[in-house]
Amino acid sequence: MSKPRTIALMIVLPLATLYVSLFIGRFAVSPGEVARILWAQFFPLAHDWPNSAETIVLQIRLPRAVLAMFVGAGLAVSGAAYQGMFRNPLVSTDILGVTAASGFGAALALLLSRNAVELQLIAFAFGLLGVALTYLLARVYRTTPVLMLVLSGIVVAAFFSALLSGAKYVADPESKLPAITYWLLGSLNGASVDSLKMALPPIIVGCIGLLFLRWMINVLTMGDEEARSLGVRTEWLKGGIIVFTTLITAAAVSVCGIVGWVGLVIPHIGRMLVGPDHRALLPATLSIGATFLLCIDDVARTATASEIPLGILTALIGAPFFAALLRKTRGAWQ
Amino acid sequence: MSGPLIEVRGASFRYGEHVVFRSLGLEVYSGEVLTILGPNGCGKSTLLRCIGGALALDQGSVLLGDVDLAALDARARARKIAFLFQDHTPSFPFAVLDVVSMGRTPYLSTFGAPSRQDSRMAEEALEQVGLRHLKSRPYTELSGGERQLVLLARTLVQQPAVILLDEPTAHLDFKNQVRSLERIGALAGQGVTMIMTSHDPNHAFLFPGRAALMQPGGAITVGPAAQVVTDASLSGAYGIGVSVLSHPRRDGRGEFKFCTPWYN
Repeated sequence: MSKPRTIALMIVLPLATLYVSLFIGRFAVSPGEVARILWAQFFPLAHDWPNSAETIVLQIRLPRAVLAMFVGAGLAVSGAAYQGMFRNPLVSTDILGVTAASGFGAALALLLSRNAVELQLIAFAFGLLGVALTYLLARVYRTTPVLMLVLSGIVVAAFFSALLSGAKYVADPESKLPAITYWLLGSLNGASVDSLKMALPPIIVGCIGLLFLRWMINVLTMGDEEARSLGVRTEWLKGGIIVFTTLITAAAVSVCGIVGWVGLVIPHIGRMLVGPDHRALLPATLSIGATFLLCIDDVARTATASEIPLGILTALIGAPFFAALLRKTRGAWQ
Repeated sequence: MSGPLIEVRGASFRYGEHVVFRSLGLEVYSGEVLTILGPNGCGKSTLLRCIGGALALDQGSVLLGDVDLAALDARARARKIAFLFQDHTPSFPFAVLDVVSMGRTPYLSTFGAPSRQDSRMAEEALEQVGLRHLKSRPYTELSGGERQLVLLARTLVQQPAVILLDEPTAHLDFKNQVRSLERIGALAGQGVTMIMTSHDPNHAFLFPGRAALMQPGGAITVGPAAQVVTDASLSGAYGIGVSVLSHPRRDGRGEFKFCTPWYN
């Protein structure tokens, strides 16, 4: 595909998916009505649609779709940055223990019967705490070798997973255990304007930060010593990537639970489309990640009478899709 | 002759209890290729890493002109010294031109990316090593010899005062060794200062410049290749019998020297 066409596709695809997402659902709103409702937000227009349609589109579907796009974009770009930093295409966003720690934070909040806002805050704080622990654990002689980071991440994730199991074990099996279990499976049905206000700032800051580091991530894939010889302050760079990625992932997990696969698979699809250069790859993963998670969420809320948890669908759809890609490219995708 | 470009003064380095070298002194002059020879484990790569700033000396200093390199941050140092590493593990299949452009990184801001000007410089450097036609190829698909030259081009766009080459022929076959050394010789002819470690004493005879022979324990002898690389010095350093021989050059302009071990 030529470069301008790829760029156009990367811009049009998420927007088109967003538009479609606003009129599909159990409550029928026609595409024309959606267009007029959106138009009326900016320009005067005769009000010829039911108020319920406007509420559904603007208060329910739009925040949810926007959240899906930001979470998808954020997880995808984080995965791409980590795969570059760890020089390993098998790495995902939860490698440093952020997911496990956030998950425990959320379970703790549910156990203590906190409200949705408090849950989001606690889960976010635990996510940051988990990664901070990993980073401190990995620090030797003022450096953080990649292998130490990976091993420390495994340690911290195991620790918080055990705490999470403990929380589940003591949770009331009638009410709280199901709540924890459902939360961990991931869902966007809690999306509201309020949750947007809390989740979007860290995700946006993280994404912009990673985009700024696009070239330095290229150089970092040469390995620490070579990157240093090329003038990169590798410890600062790795710290920056970890901070930005953790902001994104912790915010994402805190608002919609554990959504796997996006951070692992989307960077590969991005590399197939635009190559390994992070100057092109990071923007591409933003677009593909947003589109992917929005599509998945549309399926999650419309396929059956009740919601299907996101975590199930991303793997259920993502795994065969990835398997097909693997077969087609025989593993030469990177 | 003006003062040395690089001066290593009273340098000591040890890994834990193991002393690699102690009070080592070394001078490198502008425009020469200093070839550092020595048996495996004698510490020549460690010395090169200390000069490049990848390792910090325990004592002593490395001066570039009158600047102590330890006082420079990674960016400033990368504008003065470029490093061609012995072991390079390719990661992602970047285009060759992008890999060479990475040499411009010390001139970019943290949030920046190479400009068109930088890409042009990278292309010129590729031309210099004779690989311009490969600029759009994934560098992971190149042969070991080509990849080595791409990384050499990357050191050139850093526009350093000196290039450090750690065993530049270590993983190359016979032909690619010769091709790489020819390129290094061509750069030397253009006045590029280089410090090269080598496992092959013959390399000391190839370039305009001096040779250094390092003994296990870090003692170092520096001088013209003909004086440093002799039957006796090589036999002593490597612990095997070695003869340095001469052979007429094919173009009839004098003789060239080479050495060969004695096989039992």
